Amino acid sequence: MSIIQVQELKYRYPDTERLALDNVSFEIEQGEFIGIVGRNKSGKSTLCYALAGLAPHFFGGGYGGKVVVNGLEIRASEIEEITSDVGLVFENPFSQMTGSKFTVFEEIAFGLENKGIDRTEMVQRIEESLFLLDIEEIKNKNPFSLSGGQMQRVAIASVIAMKPNVLILDEPTSQLDPQGSEDVFRVVENLAKEGITIVMAEHKIEKVAQYSDRVLLLDDGKLVDINTPEHIFSRDDLETHGILAPAATRIAQALDIRDPLTGLYPVTLAGIQRQRGEI
Amino acid sequence: MAKLETRGLHFSYTAEKKVLNGIDLILEGPPTAIVGQNGAGKTTFVKVLKGLLRPSKGSVYFNGEDIKDQTVAQLSRHIGLIFQNPNDQIFKNRVLDEVMFGPSNIGASRDDARDQAMAALERLGLEDEADANPYDLSLSERKLIAVASILAMDPDVLIFDEPTMGQDFEGKDLLKQIIREEHARGKLILCILHDMDFAADVFDRTIVFNQGNVLLDGPTREVFSQKDILESAFLEQPSPTQIARVLGLDGCYLTDAELIAALKN
Repeated sequence: MSIIQVQELKYRYPDTERLALDNVSFEIEQGEFIGIVGRNKSGKSTLCYALAGLAPHFFGGGYGGKVVVNGLEIRASEIEEITSDVGLVFENPFSQMTGSKFTVFEEIAFGLENKGIDRTEMVQRIEESLFLLDIEEIKNKNPFSLSGGQMQRVAIASVIAMKPNVLILDEPTSQLDPQGSEDVFRVVENLAKEGITIVMAEHKIEKVAQYSDRVLLLDDGKLVDINTPEHIFSRDDLETHGILAPAATRIAQALDIRDPLTGLYPVTLAGIQRQRGEI
Repeated sequence: MAKLETRGLHFSYTAEKKVLNGIDLILEGPPTAIVGQNGAGKTTFVKVLKGLLRPSKGSVYFNGEDIKDQTVAQLSRHIGLIFQNPNDQIFKNRVLDEVMFGPSNIGASRDDARDQAMAALERLGLEDEADANPYDLSLSERKLIAVASILAMDPDVLIFDEPTMGQDFEGKDLLKQIIREEHARGKLILCILHDMDFAADVFDRTIVFNQGNVLLDGPTREVFSQKDILESAFLEQPSPTQIARVLGLDGCYLTDAELIAALKN
């Protein structure tokens, strides 16, 4: 059975008329890396919240359809049950910080303590997360003294330390420099290889193209398509959905470099090289 | 046109770590991008330019005058800084009040402040949100409201800290248009960026910061030609240049159009 099943999901925030998600259906398999793309306000964050249970449990609002994540029907489950296996990294890392901890180390420990993880394992997991996000140096700093980029790393580390089975990330690299973004994508890719299911909303289209197994395209709360990056970014109507194809695809289109079997354009530099028989 | 100059600029938050390590720059003329790793000192540098932080050593001159004798309030009429995190900037609970605050604060009448605020919101496509609470809007919209708040004050220098963060491509196009219009109106534009493709596409001059120093400074094409130096600062060349290399073309291409034209030749 698919680890995530979304059936005819409709969602509306309280005191609004518009459907933030409008009849969205798809399934995701265990260990897949799914990139969510779409223009601002297309529903990317809301879909992240719906998979993590914040919609409807935290926000309230109108809800229809069915979402099952990790065997739990979201609407019928307690948020505590959902979050024990589903991690969410917020777009704004300020939203992630507990605000009650004085060091990065304690901040990352917070979720683990709540879960009742024993001390030896807790320390080991914290050290591992600090290492993966390359923030060992700042483990004794106050989270609120950090730059946006560093805080974003702490937010991701605190969720990864929980070892969720499903990891939802809402624009986790928005404040990171190119190297920092690349690091986050690599960390997340490795988690996917370990069998953790990844769903990541992201504007950095080149990175989505490079790392995602499939890309989910949203527009105005509706699912336009969920398919391989090559399928999604070769669509003629991509720009009408507010998405610019990756640079490699745009250049390949101009030069008519495409896969002879599928007719699709490459989405990465390596893809262009492959079509030119160079690798 | 406005001119900012720094001489021997040093800054540290704590005794142990120097954040700016002797910056000498003259900033005038073309729209200028400032790039560099997280922690390179970019945000600190622009906060010093605006007088929010005072240098530990060295000076900043605005149109030839040392800013040390001016208050932040006096400088804010001339130098506008759009923060990276709009939540650090936005404090009113109605969009229009937020955008009116700046012009009101520097002496505009209520009617003028409202007109300037509405004009700025219209340029960002946010006129319909004038009565909304900024915190009911998305982070990307709050970033644009922060831009509107500064535009409404019409300062001589506009400094953007990571404006493309969280913006989709339509939002980036809008920012590009505003930067070009403000430059055409004679404004000095400085912009901190992590998005090398946006820097290559929009800015004529690029400065690379690394560990509190200026590593490279020059016309954008020359700066982005320096592959090895950029990599030493953990930066990438723009995508069109990277793709060109894969396709066997030497040289630095700043936009898709440039690369496509070269390939079709």
